[in-house]
Amino acid sequence: MLNKVLSSFDEAVADIPDGATIGIDSWGISATPQNLIAALRRKGVKDLTIVTHCFIPMIFPEEQAIMPSVLLPQMKKLIAAVVGIQYLGAGAFVKEYVEKGLEVELNTMGTLSSRLYAGAARLGGFYNPVGIGTVIEKGKEKRVIDGKEYIFEKPIKPDYAFILAHKADILGNLVYRGIHRGDHPVMAMASKLTIVEVDEVVEVGEIDAEHVVTPGIFVDRIVKIPQDGFGTSHRLRELIRTLGEIEASRKMMFREAPLKT
Amino acid sequence: MKQRLDRDVIAMRAGKELKDGDYVNLGLGLPSLCALYIPEGVIFQTENGSLGYGQLLLEDEIEKADFAYHDAQGRFCALAPGMTFFDVLTSFAMIRSGRLITILGALQVSEKGDLANWNTGGDALGGTLGGGMDLAYGSKRMIITMEHSTKEGKPKIVKKCTYPLTAKECVDLIVTDLAVIEVTSQGLLLREVAPGWTAEEVQALTEPKLRIALDLKEIEL
Repeated sequence: MLNKVLSSFDEAVADIPDGATIGIDSWGISATPQNLIAALRRKGVKDLTIVTHCFIPMIFPEEQAIMPSVLLPQMKKLIAAVVGIQYLGAGAFVKEYVEKGLEVELNTMGTLSSRLYAGAARLGGFYNPVGIGTVIEKGKEKRVIDGKEYIFEKPIKPDYAFILAHKADILGNLVYRGIHRGDHPVMAMASKLTIVEVDEVVEVGEIDAEHVVTPGIFVDRIVKIPQDGFGTSHRLRELIRTLGEIEASRKMMFREAPLKT
Repeated sequence: MKQRLDRDVIAMRAGKELKDGDYVNLGLGLPSLCALYIPEGVIFQTENGSLGYGQLLLEDEIEKADFAYHDAQGRFCALAPGMTFFDVLTSFAMIRSGRLITILGALQVSEKGDLANWNTGGDALGGTLGGGMDLAYGSKRMIITMEHSTKEGKPKIVKKCTYPLTAKECVDLIVTDLAVIEVTSQGLLLREVAPGWTAEEVQALTEPKLRIALDLKEIEL
């Protein structure tokens, strides 16, 4: 029987060449396929194009977690919706790379997801109403349809997707946990080859067919996160404590108390 | 100097616009405070893929925090009955479909209801783009909560936005520390003023001409 499970992250990324376009969804630290990012960094490929919703700087020790931004020295292009964190100067942290030639293409969140869907469904692109009258429309074709203005957006079709799920069976049927779903499903559909890292691998039949979110046809390689890997529950717990000790991140993670009257 | 409303009171006033059964997305900062002052039965949506999430956690609840449950900004929340999860593609179809009421902050709002709230200009990397443009385009109703003037005392309600736009003609209501102003096809309509403030005093801190509602009243909570 087909078995897509590999034993190491290094093996899973071994064929990725220089110049590859990689979709790495990242919205929140723990929704990020950290172990695949670490393997790609070890491999040292260069001239990468990275497609991600959020591209934020490392504000915590690397032993606790890593984000797509650790790949900056290996990148030639970034396609993202959020670059940086507002209170830390937004995109200031990528500027030294922009000066050295990094290209940054900004999309709105919804546009980025739609461009990936267009890639998945082999659409030639689509007319988008979001961004009219803003910097987003610069240099793009505009068209009026039924009296309303639209901007033409092209599909995104990454060579590889790095995604994260909670559980996979050996055929690659996936279930996610909470907001970790992110845009992993559309990243998997849009990309030529999808590699998933998971908390748990189970036998065929152990995932209820009604609960499968991403069908295995969109998944090519599966690696289970080891005990000493990134994103394990004990490492995430340590990370929450670390971030809780930094005032700025603590303020971001927890709500303000209600007014005492 | 006259007293302006504080952030909690602005949030309370904006919260009065919501009712049981509304689906609502709250922006970062001041808008997120509105969650504390809303009627029961309002259902919150977060861009990263959840609807109907539970209470946001306070700092002293750090041990309850689970990274699988947080909002778009990264604030941890509790699970709640009826809560759902979905992917970001679905989330933005929801956002663009006109089913949500949105409360966002702003740098500037123009007399036509244009919104600038993501970047103070100069460089696209000087702000974080995110999903604000999608929200501004797609919301059923867009409420802005903000201070009426900048720290330097300049008006934030302007004839034409000078900062990069988020979206054109998208704002329906502006709630500030001085006033409640509705954006209408005939321009801005001053509906309420903060206690102790007159329409003339609010006008003096607002760049475009305000029309005054016939039933102008003091902001009530």
